[in-house]
Amino acid sequence: MDKPKAMAGSRAYSLWRRQAPAAIALIPAAVMVVTIYLGAMLWTVRLSFSSSKMLPVFDLVGLQQYDRLFATERFVLSSWHIALFGVLFIAGSLAIGFLLAVFIDQKVRFEDAFRTIFLYPYSMSFIVTGLAWQWFLNPSLGLQKVVRDLGFANFTFDWLVQPDLVMFTLVIAAIWQASGLVMAILLAGLRGVDSELWKATQIEGIPTWRVYMSIVLPMLSPMLVTASVLLAVSVAKLYDLVVAMTKGGPGLSSEVPAKFIMDNFFERANVGLGSAAATMLLVTVVALVGPWIYVEHLRPRRNKA
Amino acid sequence: MTVATVPQGARPKTFDKGRLLVYAVLLIASAFFLTPLWVMLMTSFKTMAEIRQGQILAWPQHFTVDAWFKAWSSACTGLTCDGIRVGFWNSIRILVPSVILSIALGGLTGYAMTFYRVRGANLLFAILLIGAFIPYQVFIYPMVRLFSIIGIYDSLTGIVVVHIVFGLSLMTLLFRNYFSSLPIELFNAARVDGAGFLTILRHVVLPMSAPIIIVATILQVTGIWNDFILGLTFAGRDNRPMTVLLNNIVNSQQGEAAYDVDMAATILTAIVPLAVYFASGRWFVRGVAAGAVKG
Repeated sequence: MDKPKAMAGSRAYSLWRRQAPAAIALIPAAVMVVTIYLGAMLWTVRLSFSSSKMLPVFDLVGLQQYDRLFATERFVLSSWHIALFGVLFIAGSLAIGFLLAVFIDQKVRFEDAFRTIFLYPYSMSFIVTGLAWQWFLNPSLGLQKVVRDLGFANFTFDWLVQPDLVMFTLVIAAIWQASGLVMAILLAGLRGVDSELWKATQIEGIPTWRVYMSIVLPMLSPMLVTASVLLAVSVAKLYDLVVAMTKGGPGLSSEVPAKFIMDNFFERANVGLGSAAATMLLVTVVALVGPWIYVEHLRPRRNKA
Repeated sequence: MTVATVPQGARPKTFDKGRLLVYAVLLIASAFFLTPLWVMLMTSFKTMAEIRQGQILAWPQHFTVDAWFKAWSSACTGLTCDGIRVGFWNSIRILVPSVILSIALGGLTGYAMTFYRVRGANLLFAILLIGAFIPYQVFIYPMVRLFSIIGIYDSLTGIVVVHIVFGLSLMTLLFRNYFSSLPIELFNAARVDGAGFLTILRHVVLPMSAPIIIVATILQVTGIWNDFILGLTFAGRDNRPMTVLLNNIVNSQQGEAAYDVDMAATILTAIVPLAVYFASGRWFVRGVAAGAVKG
Protein backbone atom coordinates (compact mmCIF):
# COMPACT_ATOMS: atom_id res chain seq x y z
CA MET A 1 0.00 0.00 0.00
CA ASP A 2 1.20 3.43 -0.81
CA LYS A 3 1.09 6.02 1.88
CA PRO A 4 0.13 9.59 0.96
CA LYS A 5 3.16 11.24 -0.52
CA ALA A 6 4.35 14.45 1.03
CA MET A 7 3.99 17.50 -1.16
CA ALA A 8 6.98 19.40 -2.38
CA GLY A 9 8.74 22.06 -0.30
CA SER A 10 6.61 25.13 -1.09
CA ARG A 11 3.63 23.76 0.75
CA ALA A 12 5.73 22.68 3.65
CA TYR A 13 4.05 24.99 6.11
CA SER A 14 0.47 23.96 5.41
CA LEU A 15 1.59 20.39 5.37
CA TRP A 16 3.15 20.88 8.77
CA ARG A 17 -0.07 22.32 10.10
CA ARG A 18 -1.99 19.35 8.84
CA GLN A 19 0.51 16.95 10.38
CA ALA A 20 0.74 18.75 13.71
CA PRO A 21 -1.98 16.70 15.49
CA ALA A 22 -0.27 13.50 14.38
CA ALA A 23 3.04 14.79 15.67
CA ILE A 24 1.44 15.59 19.01
CA ALA A 25 -0.14 12.14 19.11
CA LEU A 26 3.29 10.59 18.73
CA ILE A 27 4.74 12.45 21.70
CA PRO A 28 3.90 9.80 24.36
CA ALA A 29 5.46 7.10 22.21
CA ALA A 30 8.47 9.27 21.53
CA VAL A 31 8.95 10.02 25.22
CA MET A 32 8.86 6.31 26.06
CA VAL A 33 11.25 5.44 23.28
CA VAL A 34 13.72 8.14 24.25
CA THR A 35 13.64 7.52 28.00
CA ILE A 36 13.28 3.74 28.15
CA TYR A 37 14.08 2.08 24.83
CA LEU A 38 17.11 4.30 24.28
CA GLY A 39 17.76 5.99 27.62
CA ALA A 40 17.59 2.98 29.89
CA MET A 41 19.44 0.85 27.37
CA LEU A 42 22.32 3.31 27.05
CA TRP A 43 22.35 3.76 30.81
CA THR A 44 22.84 0.02 31.21
CA VAL A 45 25.67 0.06 28.69
CA ARG A 46 27.21 3.03 30.48
CA LEU A 47 27.02 1.27 33.85
CA SER A 48 28.85 -1.70 32.38
CA PHE A 49 31.95 0.53 32.12
CA SER A 50 31.68 1.69 35.72
CA SER A 51 32.68 0.13 39.01
CA SER A 52 29.08 0.17 40.33
CA LYS A 53 28.44 -2.28 43.12
CA MET A 54 25.22 -1.84 45.08
CA LEU A 55 24.45 1.64 43.78
CA PRO A 56 25.26 3.08 40.39
CA VAL A 57 28.39 5.22 40.22
CA PHE A 58 29.56 6.99 37.12
CA ASP A 59 33.27 6.46 37.09
CA LEU A 60 35.00 4.80 34.16
CA VAL A 61 36.93 1.61 34.68
CA GLY A 62 37.24 0.52 31.09
CA LEU A 63 36.55 -3.11 30.40
CA GLN A 64 37.17 -4.23 33.95
CA GLN A 65 33.62 -5.53 34.41
CA TYR A 66 33.86 -7.49 31.20
CA ASP A 67 37.15 -9.04 32.29
CA ARG A 68 35.49 -10.02 35.53
CA LEU A 69 32.42 -11.27 33.68
CA PHE A 70 34.34 -13.70 31.52
CA ALA A 71 36.31 -14.85 34.52
CA THR A 72 33.10 -15.58 36.41
CA GLU A 73 32.36 -19.28 36.22
CA ARG A 74 28.66 -18.75 36.65
CA PHE A 75 28.43 -16.49 33.62
CA VAL A 76 30.54 -18.72 31.42
CA LEU A 77 28.44 -21.72 32.40
CA SER A 78 25.25 -19.73 31.82
CA SER A 79 26.40 -18.87 28.31
CA TRP A 80 27.13 -22.49 27.46
CA HIS A 81 23.79 -23.54 28.90
CA ILE A 82 21.85 -21.02 26.87
CA ALA A 83 23.72 -21.98 23.69
CA LEU A 84 22.89 -25.65 24.22
CA PHE A 85 19.33 -24.81 25.14
CA GLY A 86 18.95 -22.51 22.15
CA VAL A 87 20.13 -25.01 19.56
CA LEU A 88 18.08 -27.91 20.92
CA PHE A 89 14.99 -25.87 21.64
CA ILE A 90 14.87 -24.17 18.25
CA ALA A 91 15.67 -27.33 16.30
CA GLY A 92 13.24 -29.40 18.35
CA SER A 93 10.39 -26.92 18.16
CA LEU A 94 10.82 -26.45 14.41
CA ALA A 95 10.96 -30.20 13.78
CA ILE A 96 7.99 -31.06 15.97
CA GLY A 97 6.02 -28.04 14.85
CA PHE A 98 6.61 -28.93 11.20
CA LEU A 99 5.62 -32.57 11.71
CA LEU A 100 2.46 -31.59 13.57
CA ALA A 101 1.52 -29.13 10.84
CA VAL A 102 2.09 -31.73 8.12
CA PHE A 103 0.07 -34.39 9.91
CA ILE A 104 -2.77 -31.99 10.64
CA ASP A 105 -2.73 -30.98 6.99
CA GLN A 106 -3.73 -34.51 5.88
CA LYS A 107 -7.43 -33.57 5.88
CA VAL A 108 -7.92 -35.27 9.21
CA ARG A 109 -11.07 -35.30 11.23
CA PHE A 110 -11.15 -33.30 14.44
CA GLU A 111 -8.59 -30.95 13.01
CA ASP A 112 -9.73 -28.15 15.30
CA ALA A 113 -9.43 -30.36 18.36
CA PHE A 114 -5.89 -31.39 17.49
CA ARG A 115 -4.86 -27.84 16.76
CA THR A 116 -6.34 -26.64 20.02
CA ILE A 117 -4.50 -29.33 21.97
CA PHE A 118 -1.14 -28.56 20.37
CA LEU A 119 -1.33 -24.83 20.87
CA TYR A 120 -2.86 -24.48 24.33
CA PRO A 121 0.46 -24.62 26.24
CA TYR A 122 1.53 -21.49 24.38
CA SER A 123 -1.25 -19.52 26.04
CA MET A 124 0.08 -20.24 29.51
CA SER A 125 2.77 -18.59 31.59
CA PHE A 126 6.28 -20.02 31.67
CA ILE A 127 5.83 -20.16 35.44
CA VAL A 128 2.90 -22.52 35.01
CA THR A 129 4.79 -24.61 32.46
CA GLY A 130 7.83 -24.77 34.72
CA LEU A 131 5.89 -25.84 37.78
CA ALA A 132 3.88 -28.41 35.84
CA TRP A 133 7.02 -30.05 34.45
CA GLN A 134 8.88 -29.78 37.72
CA TRP A 135 6.14 -31.88 39.26
CA PHE A 136 5.72 -34.23 36.30
CA LEU A 137 9.48 -34.99 36.23
CA ASN A 138 9.83 -35.21 40.00
CA PRO A 139 12.15 -38.23 40.40
CA SER A 140 10.51 -39.72 43.48
CA LEU A 141 6.83 -39.25 42.67
CA GLY A 142 6.61 -38.34 39.01
CA LEU A 143 7.05 -40.04 35.67
CA GLN A 144 9.98 -42.16 36.82
CA LYS A 145 7.88 -43.70 39.57
CA VAL A 146 4.99 -44.38 37.20
CA VAL A 147 7.18 -46.32 34.79
CA ARG A 148 8.89 -48.19 37.64
CA ASP A 149 5.54 -49.19 39.05
CA LEU A 150 4.64 -50.64 35.68
CA GLY A 151 7.38 -53.21 36.29
CA PHE A 152 10.46 -51.52 34.87
CA ALA A 153 12.24 -51.34 38.20
CA ASN A 154 15.48 -49.99 36.78
CA PHE A 155 13.95 -47.24 34.71
CA THR A 156 15.62 -43.91 35.46
CA PHE A 157 14.45 -40.51 34.36
CA ASP A 158 15.82 -38.22 37.03
CA TRP A 159 17.24 -35.55 34.74
CA LEU A 160 15.78 -32.83 36.90
CA VAL A 161 18.35 -33.58 39.60
CA GLN A 162 21.23 -34.57 37.31
CA PRO A 163 23.63 -31.66 36.76
CA ASP A 164 24.59 -32.90 33.29
CA LEU A 165 21.04 -33.45 32.15
CA VAL A 166 18.92 -30.80 33.81
CA MET A 167 19.16 -28.45 30.81
CA PHE A 168 17.39 -31.08 28.74
CA THR A 169 14.38 -30.97 31.03
CA LEU A 170 14.13 -27.24 30.36
CA VAL A 171 14.38 -27.97 26.65
CA ILE A 172 11.56 -30.51 26.85
CA ALA A 173 9.30 -28.16 28.79
CA ALA A 174 10.02 -25.27 26.45
CA ILE A 175 9.40 -27.37 23.34
CA TRP A 176 6.14 -28.52 24.87
CA GLN A 177 5.14 -24.90 25.27
CA ALA A 178 6.35 -23.52 21.94
CA SER A 179 6.03 -26.16 19.22
CA GLY A 180 2.33 -25.43 18.88
CA LEU A 181 3.27 -21.92 17.86
CA VAL A 182 5.51 -23.26 15.10
CA MET A 183 2.70 -25.56 14.02
CA ALA A 184 0.25 -22.66 13.80
CA ILE A 185 2.65 -20.55 11.75
CA LEU A 186 3.57 -23.37 9.37
CA LEU A 187 0.02 -24.63 9.00
CA ALA A 188 -0.95 -21.22 7.68
CA GLY A 189 1.85 -21.65 5.13
CA LEU A 190 0.79 -25.17 4.17
CA ARG A 191 -2.73 -23.94 3.52
CA GLY A 192 -1.25 -21.60 0.97
CA VAL A 193 0.34 -24.38 -1.07
CA ASP A 194 -1.27 -24.63 -4.49
CA SER A 195 -3.44 -27.73 -4.86
CA GLU A 196 -2.08 -28.06 -8.41
CA LEU A 197 1.22 -29.06 -6.85
CA TRP A 198 -0.38 -32.07 -5.23
CA LYS A 199 -2.11 -33.12 -8.44
CA ALA A 200 1.09 -32.77 -10.42
CA THR A 201 3.24 -34.72 -8.02
CA GLN A 202 0.59 -37.41 -7.73
CA ILE A 203 0.58 -37.87 -11.48
CA GLU A 204 4.35 -38.08 -11.43
CA GLY A 205 4.10 -40.69 -8.70
CA ILE A 206 6.33 -38.85 -6.28
CA PRO A 207 5.85 -40.05 -2.69
CA THR A 208 4.12 -37.57 -0.43
CA TRP A 209 6.96 -37.35 2.11
CA ARG A 210 9.34 -36.51 -0.73
CA VAL A 211 7.12 -33.66 -1.85
CA TYR A 212 7.01 -32.31 1.68
CA MET A 213 10.75 -32.48 2.18
CA SER A 214 11.93 -31.33 -1.25
CA ILE A 215 9.23 -28.94 -2.43
CA VAL A 216 6.97 -27.81 0.40
CA LEU A 217 9.65 -27.29 3.05
CA PRO A 218 11.64 -24.84 0.90
CA MET A 219 8.40 -23.03 0.10
CA LEU A 220 7.82 -22.55 3.80
CA SER A 221 11.22 -21.04 4.44
CA PRO A 222 9.96 -17.49 5.14
CA MET A 223 7.67 -18.90 7.84
CA LEU A 224 10.46 -21.06 9.18
CA VAL A 225 12.63 -17.97 9.46
CA THR A 226 9.88 -16.07 11.27
CA ALA A 227 9.34 -18.95 13.66
CA SER A 228 13.08 -19.26 14.27
CA VAL A 229 13.38 -15.59 15.11
CA LEU A 230 10.48 -15.82 17.56
CA LEU A 231 12.01 -18.87 19.19
CA ALA A 232 15.45 -17.27 19.30
CA VAL A 233 14.05 -14.23 21.08
CA SER A 234 12.45 -16.42 23.72
CA VAL A 235 15.82 -18.13 24.19
CA ALA A 236 17.50 -14.82 25.01
CA LYS A 237 14.65 -13.99 27.38
CA LEU A 238 14.69 -17.38 29.10
CA TYR A 239 14.22 -16.60 32.76
CA ASP A 240 10.76 -17.44 34.15
CA LEU A 241 10.91 -21.07 33.13
CA VAL A 242 14.25 -21.58 34.88
CA VAL A 243 13.13 -19.74 38.01
CA ALA A 244 9.99 -21.87 38.28
CA MET A 245 11.40 -25.23 37.25
CA THR A 246 14.97 -25.54 38.50
CA LYS A 247 15.96 -22.26 40.20
CA GLY A 248 19.21 -22.59 38.27
CA GLY A 249 20.12 -25.84 39.98
CA PRO A 250 21.22 -28.35 40.90
CA GLY A 251 24.24 -26.23 41.77
CA LEU A 252 24.87 -23.95 38.82
CA SER A 253 23.90 -26.50 36.22
CA SER A 254 20.86 -24.71 34.80
CA GLU A 255 21.86 -21.09 35.30
CA VAL A 256 21.18 -18.84 32.30
CA PRO A 257 22.36 -15.30 31.39
CA ALA A 258 18.99 -13.58 31.95
CA LYS A 259 18.92 -14.97 35.47
CA PHE A 260 22.56 -14.10 36.06
CA ILE A 261 21.74 -10.49 35.23
CA MET A 262 18.69 -10.32 37.49
CA ASP A 263 20.54 -11.90 40.41
CA ASN A 264 23.48 -9.53 40.08
CA PHE A 265 21.22 -6.48 39.87
CA PHE A 266 18.83 -7.26 42.67
CA GLU A 267 20.37 -9.82 44.97
CA ARG A 268 24.13 -9.73 44.71
CA ALA A 269 24.56 -5.95 44.56
CA ASN A 270 26.78 -6.22 41.52
CA VAL A 271 25.26 -3.62 39.24
CA GLY A 272 28.38 -3.14 37.11
CA LEU A 273 28.79 -6.85 36.46
CA GLY A 274 25.08 -7.31 35.78
CA SER A 275 25.18 -4.41 33.32
CA ALA A 276 28.12 -5.94 31.50
CA ALA A 277 26.20 -9.21 31.17
CA ALA A 278 23.09 -7.32 30.02
CA THR A 279 25.17 -5.52 27.41
CA MET A 280 26.51 -8.83 26.13
CA LEU A 281 22.95 -10.09 25.87
CA LEU A 282 21.94 -6.95 23.98
CA VAL A 283 24.79 -7.27 21.50
CA THR A 284 23.99 -10.93 20.89
CA VAL A 285 20.29 -10.32 20.30
CA VAL A 286 20.86 -7.37 17.97
CA ALA A 287 23.42 -9.36 15.96
CA LEU A 288 21.05 -12.31 15.68
CA VAL A 289 17.74 -10.64 14.86
CA GLY A 290 18.85 -7.26 13.52
CA PRO A 291 19.23 -8.43 9.92
CA TRP A 292 15.87 -10.16 10.01
CA ILE A 293 14.08 -7.11 11.40
CA TYR A 294 15.58 -5.00 8.65
CA VAL A 295 14.60 -7.35 5.84
CA GLU A 296 11.18 -8.15 7.21
CA HIS A 297 9.93 -4.80 8.47
CA LEU A 298 12.16 -1.87 7.73
CA ARG A 299 13.57 -2.33 4.25
CA PRO A 300 11.80 0.00 1.84
CA ARG A 301 9.58 -2.12 -0.36
CA ARG A 302 9.18 -1.63 -4.06
CA ASN A 303 5.75 -1.89 -5.68
CA LYS A 304 4.25 -4.77 -3.86
CA ALA A 305 1.56 -5.77 -6.31
CA MET B 1 -10.76 -34.75 29.38
CA THR B 2 -11.79 -35.48 25.86
CA VAL B 3 -9.18 -36.77 23.51
CA ALA B 4 -10.17 -36.92 19.90
CA THR B 5 -10.56 -40.57 18.96
CA VAL B 6 -10.05 -42.36 15.72
CA PRO B 7 -12.97 -41.48 13.46
CA GLN B 8 -15.84 -43.93 13.59
CA GLY B 9 -18.65 -44.60 11.19
CA ALA B 10 -18.80 -44.87 7.50
CA ARG B 11 -15.99 -43.32 5.59
CA PRO B 12 -16.26 -44.13 1.94
CA LYS B 13 -12.56 -43.81 1.29
CA THR B 14 -10.15 -46.63 1.91
CA PHE B 15 -8.73 -46.75 5.39
CA ASP B 16 -5.19 -47.60 4.52
CA LYS B 17 -2.11 -47.87 6.66
CA GLY B 18 -1.09 -44.34 5.87
CA ARG B 19 -4.18 -42.86 7.45
CA LEU B 20 -3.80 -45.08 10.45
CA LEU B 21 -0.29 -43.75 10.88
CA VAL B 22 -1.50 -40.17 10.61
CA TYR B 23 -4.04 -40.64 13.38
CA ALA B 24 -1.63 -42.65 15.51
CA VAL B 25 0.95 -39.86 15.37
CA LEU B 26 -1.64 -37.18 16.11
CA LEU B 27 -3.01 -39.12 19.07
CA ILE B 28 0.43 -39.77 20.53
CA ALA B 29 1.29 -36.10 20.11
CA SER B 30 -1.99 -35.16 21.79
CA ALA B 31 -1.10 -37.39 24.72
CA PHE B 32 2.27 -35.65 25.02
CA PHE B 33 0.63 -32.23 25.03
CA LEU B 34 -2.20 -33.15 27.39
CA THR B 35 -0.34 -35.22 29.96
CA PRO B 36 1.09 -32.36 32.03
CA LEU B 37 -2.34 -30.75 32.26
CA TRP B 38 -3.90 -34.10 33.15
CA VAL B 39 -1.29 -34.70 35.85
CA MET B 40 -1.87 -31.24 37.31
CA LEU B 41 -5.62 -31.79 37.43
CA MET B 42 -5.40 -35.25 38.95
CA THR B 43 -2.88 -34.14 41.57
CA SER B 44 -5.06 -31.24 42.58
CA PHE B 45 -8.01 -33.58 43.27
CA LYS B 46 -6.06 -36.07 45.37
CA THR B 47 -5.24 -36.23 49.05
CA MET B 48 -1.59 -35.89 50.05
CA ALA B 49 -1.64 -39.48 51.34
CA GLU B 50 -2.54 -40.67 47.88
CA ILE B 51 -0.03 -38.39 46.17
CA ARG B 52 2.76 -39.94 48.25
CA GLN B 53 1.99 -43.28 46.59
CA GLY B 54 3.15 -41.74 43.33
CA GLN B 55 0.45 -42.68 40.83
CA ILE B 56 0.52 -39.31 39.14
CA LEU B 57 -1.43 -40.42 36.08
CA ALA B 58 -4.16 -42.24 37.97
CA TRP B 59 -7.66 -41.01 38.67
CA PRO B 60 -8.03 -39.99 42.36
CA GLN B 61 -9.21 -42.74 44.71
CA HIS B 62 -10.66 -40.15 47.07
CA PHE B 63 -11.76 -37.26 44.98
CA THR B 64 -11.49 -34.01 46.90
CA VAL B 65 -11.54 -30.32 46.11
CA ASP B 66 -9.99 -29.29 49.43
CA ALA B 67 -6.72 -28.35 47.75
CA TRP B 68 -8.53 -25.89 45.52
CA PHE B 69 -10.05 -24.07 48.46
CA LYS B 70 -6.72 -24.08 50.26
CA ALA B 71 -4.88 -22.82 47.20
CA TRP B 72 -7.41 -20.08 46.66
CA SER B 73 -7.78 -18.77 50.19
CA SER B 74 -5.19 -20.10 52.63
CA ALA B 75 -1.97 -21.13 50.90
CA CYS B 76 1.08 -19.42 52.39
CA THR B 77 3.56 -17.10 50.76
CA GLY B 78 6.21 -16.29 53.28
CA LEU B 79 4.49 -15.15 56.45
CA THR B 80 1.02 -14.49 55.10
CA CYS B 81 -1.46 -17.25 54.38
CA ASP B 82 -4.18 -15.64 52.32
CA GLY B 83 -3.96 -17.90 49.30
CA ILE B 84 -3.49 -17.18 45.65
CA ARG B 85 -6.67 -15.09 45.49
CA VAL B 86 -4.63 -12.07 46.58
CA GLY B 87 -2.53 -12.49 43.45
CA PHE B 88 -5.62 -13.04 41.33
CA TRP B 89 -7.10 -9.69 42.35
CA ASN B 90 -3.73 -7.98 42.01
CA SER B 91 -3.42 -9.36 38.50
CA ILE B 92 -6.90 -8.08 37.66
CA ARG B 93 -6.03 -4.63 38.99
CA ILE B 94 -2.86 -4.62 36.91
CA LEU B 95 -4.49 -6.14 33.85
CA VAL B 96 -7.47 -3.86 33.29
CA PRO B 97 -5.72 -0.48 33.10
CA SER B 98 -2.65 -1.96 31.38
CA VAL B 99 -4.66 -3.60 28.61
CA ILE B 100 -6.90 -0.62 27.96
CA LEU B 101 -4.17 1.99 28.03
CA SER B 102 -1.61 0.02 26.04
CA ILE B 103 -4.13 -0.70 23.29
CA ALA B 104 -5.27 2.92 23.23
CA LEU B 105 -1.73 4.22 22.98
CA GLY B 106 -0.66 1.61 20.44
CA GLY B 107 -3.73 2.36 18.32
CA LEU B 108 -3.13 6.09 18.43
CA THR B 109 0.56 5.71 17.63
CA GLY B 110 -0.12 3.25 14.81
CA TYR B 111 -2.78 5.55 13.37
CA ALA B 112 -0.53 8.62 13.44
CA MET B 113 2.30 6.63 11.86
CA THR B 114 0.21 5.14 9.08
CA PHE B 115 -1.87 8.01 7.77
CA TYR B 116 0.36 10.96 8.49
CA ARG B 117 3.91 11.73 7.61
CA VAL B 118 5.56 12.98 10.72
CA ARG B 119 9.25 13.51 10.50
CA GLY B 120 11.10 10.92 12.52
CA ALA B 121 8.13 8.56 12.74
CA ASN B 122 9.91 5.85 10.79
CA LEU B 123 12.89 6.06 13.07
CA LEU B 124 10.55 5.87 16.05
CA PHE B 125 8.94 2.80 14.59
CA ALA B 126 12.28 1.15 13.90
CA ILE B 127 13.42 1.62 17.49
CA LEU B 128 10.10 0.36 18.84
CA LEU B 129 10.35 -2.71 16.67
CA ILE B 130 13.90 -3.55 17.67
CA GLY B 131 12.92 -2.92 21.29
CA ALA B 132 10.38 -5.72 21.09
CA PHE B 133 13.17 -8.24 20.64
CA ILE B 134 15.46 -7.05 23.40
CA PRO B 135 15.24 -8.83 26.75
CA TYR B 136 13.89 -6.74 29.63
CA GLN B 137 17.15 -7.25 31.49
CA VAL B 138 18.73 -4.64 29.26
CA PHE B 139 16.34 -1.92 30.49
CA ILE B 140 15.34 -3.06 33.90
CA TYR B 141 17.94 -1.65 36.26
CA PRO B 142 17.90 1.97 35.04
CA MET B 143 14.09 1.77 34.97
CA VAL B 144 14.04 0.81 38.63
CA ARG B 145 16.23 3.81 39.44
CA LEU B 146 14.18 6.12 37.29
CA PHE B 147 10.89 4.91 38.76
CA SER B 148 12.26 5.37 42.28
CA ILE B 149 13.19 8.95 41.49
CA ILE B 150 9.75 9.82 40.16
CA GLY B 151 8.10 7.86 42.97
CA ILE B 152 6.24 5.13 41.09
CA TYR B 153 8.54 2.21 41.90
CA ASP B 154 6.82 -0.60 43.79
CA SER B 155 3.34 0.65 42.96
CA LEU B 156 0.34 -0.19 40.84
CA THR B 157 0.99 2.89 38.73
CA GLY B 158 4.56 1.74 38.19
CA ILE B 159 3.69 -1.72 36.92
CA VAL B 160 0.93 -0.36 34.68
CA VAL B 161 3.33 2.17 33.15
CA VAL B 162 5.87 -0.62 32.57
CA HIS B 163 3.28 -2.72 30.77
CA ILE B 164 2.28 0.24 28.62
CA VAL B 165 5.90 0.98 27.75
CA PHE B 166 6.78 -2.58 26.81
CA GLY B 167 3.41 -3.22 25.19
CA LEU B 168 3.91 -0.25 22.90
CA SER B 169 6.14 -2.13 20.43
CA LEU B 170 3.76 -4.94 19.71
CA MET B 171 0.64 -2.78 19.80
CA THR B 172 2.07 -0.18 17.44
CA LEU B 173 3.23 -2.89 15.05
CA LEU B 174 -0.18 -4.58 15.08
CA PHE B 175 -2.13 -1.39 14.47
CA ARG B 176 0.29 0.02 11.95
CA ASN B 177 0.20 -3.15 9.88
CA TYR B 178 -3.57 -3.33 10.10
CA PHE B 179 -4.13 0.31 9.21
CA SER B 180 -1.78 0.00 6.24
CA SER B 181 -4.10 -2.65 4.83
CA LEU B 182 -7.17 -0.40 5.02
CA PRO B 183 -8.22 1.40 1.82
CA ILE B 184 -6.45 4.74 1.85
CA GLU B 185 -9.24 6.23 -0.29
CA LEU B 186 -11.58 6.31 2.70
CA PHE B 187 -9.04 8.30 4.65
CA ASN B 188 -8.38 10.68 1.75
CA ALA B 189 -12.09 11.21 1.15
CA ALA B 190 -12.62 12.10 4.80
CA ARG B 191 -9.74 14.51 4.67
CA VAL B 192 -11.04 16.20 1.54
CA ASP B 193 -14.29 16.66 3.41
CA GLY B 194 -12.33 18.62 5.98
CA ALA B 195 -12.26 16.04 8.75
CA GLY B 196 -9.43 16.47 11.22
CA PHE B 197 -7.11 14.05 12.96
CA LEU B 198 -9.46 12.96 15.72
CA THR B 199 -12.62 13.01 13.62
CA ILE B 200 -11.11 10.63 11.09
CA LEU B 201 -9.84 8.43 13.89
CA ARG B 202 -13.22 8.26 15.57
CA HIS B 203 -15.56 8.08 12.61
CA VAL B 204 -13.55 6.42 9.87
CA VAL B 205 -10.71 4.37 11.31
CA LEU B 206 -12.09 3.20 14.64
CA PRO B 207 -15.30 1.66 13.22
CA MET B 208 -13.13 -0.52 10.97
CA SER B 209 -10.76 -1.56 13.73
CA ALA B 210 -12.82 -4.12 15.64
CA PRO B 211 -10.85 -7.15 14.39
CA ILE B 212 -7.48 -5.74 15.31
CA ILE B 213 -8.73 -4.52 18.68
CA ILE B 214 -9.92 -8.05 19.44
CA VAL B 215 -6.54 -9.47 18.44
CA ALA B 216 -4.72 -6.84 20.48
CA THR B 217 -6.89 -7.56 23.52
CA ILE B 218 -6.21 -11.30 23.31
CA LEU B 219 -2.47 -10.73 23.05
CA GLN B 220 -2.32 -8.20 25.86
CA VAL B 221 -4.59 -10.07 28.26
CA THR B 222 -2.60 -13.28 27.94
CA GLY B 223 0.76 -11.51 27.76
CA ILE B 224 0.22 -9.29 30.80
CA TRP B 225 -1.44 -12.02 32.83
CA ASN B 226 1.48 -14.35 32.15
CA ASP B 227 4.13 -11.76 32.92
CA PHE B 228 6.43 -12.67 35.77
CA ILE B 229 9.63 -10.66 35.61
CA LEU B 230 8.03 -7.21 35.36
CA GLY B 231 5.53 -7.89 38.12
CA LEU B 232 8.29 -9.29 40.28
CA THR B 233 10.45 -6.22 39.78
CA PHE B 234 8.05 -3.30 39.60
CA ALA B 235 4.73 -4.13 41.26
CA GLY B 236 5.89 -4.06 44.85
CA ARG B 237 4.86 -6.19 47.82
CA ASP B 238 1.20 -5.15 47.80
CA ASN B 239 0.56 -5.67 44.10
CA ARG B 240 2.39 -8.86 43.27
CA PRO B 241 0.63 -10.52 40.34
CA MET B 242 -0.66 -14.09 40.44
CA THR B 243 2.37 -15.60 38.67
CA VAL B 244 4.76 -14.16 41.26
CA LEU B 245 2.60 -15.33 44.15
CA LEU B 246 2.27 -18.76 42.59
CA ASN B 247 6.01 -19.15 42.31
CA ASN B 248 6.39 -18.05 45.92
CA ILE B 249 3.79 -20.52 47.12
CA VAL B 250 5.36 -23.45 45.32
CA ASN B 251 9.07 -22.72 45.44
CA SER B 252 9.54 -21.25 48.89
CA GLN B 253 7.75 -23.76 51.04
CA GLN B 254 9.27 -25.21 54.17
CA GLY B 255 8.94 -28.90 54.91
CA GLU B 256 7.04 -31.31 52.72
CA ALA B 257 5.61 -29.75 49.63
CA ALA B 258 1.82 -29.70 49.43
CA TYR B 259 1.67 -30.87 45.84
CA ASP B 260 -2.12 -30.94 45.77
CA VAL B 261 -2.32 -27.27 46.75
CA ASP B 262 0.58 -26.36 44.46
CA MET B 263 -1.11 -27.88 41.43
CA ALA B 264 -4.49 -26.36 42.24
CA ALA B 265 -2.80 -22.96 42.52
CA THR B 266 -0.97 -23.55 39.25
CA ILE B 267 -4.17 -24.37 37.39
CA LEU B 268 -5.92 -21.41 38.96
CA THR B 269 -3.17 -19.16 37.63
CA ALA B 270 -3.50 -20.65 34.15
CA ILE B 271 -7.29 -20.38 34.04
CA VAL B 272 -7.56 -16.83 32.73
CA PRO B 273 -5.24 -17.25 29.70
CA LEU B 274 -6.68 -20.71 29.04
CA ALA B 275 -10.20 -19.30 29.09
CA VAL B 276 -9.14 -16.56 26.68
CA TYR B 277 -7.51 -19.18 24.48
CA PHE B 278 -10.44 -21.58 24.35
CA ALA B 279 -12.99 -18.81 23.97
CA SER B 280 -11.13 -17.03 21.21
CA GLY B 281 -10.35 -20.04 19.02
CA ARG B 282 -8.99 -18.97 15.68
CA TRP B 283 -8.63 -15.39 16.87
CA PHE B 284 -5.81 -16.50 19.11
CA VAL B 285 -4.00 -18.05 16.17
CA ARG B 286 -4.57 -14.89 14.22
CA GLY B 287 -3.12 -12.89 17.05
CA VAL B 288 -0.10 -15.11 17.24
CA ALA B 289 0.47 -14.76 13.53
CA ALA B 290 -0.18 -11.01 13.45
CA GLY B 291 1.87 -10.22 16.50
CA ALA B 292 4.72 -12.36 15.35
CA VAL B 293 7.17 -10.40 17.44
CA LYS B 294 5.83 -11.58 20.77
CA GLY B 295 8.46 -13.43 22.75
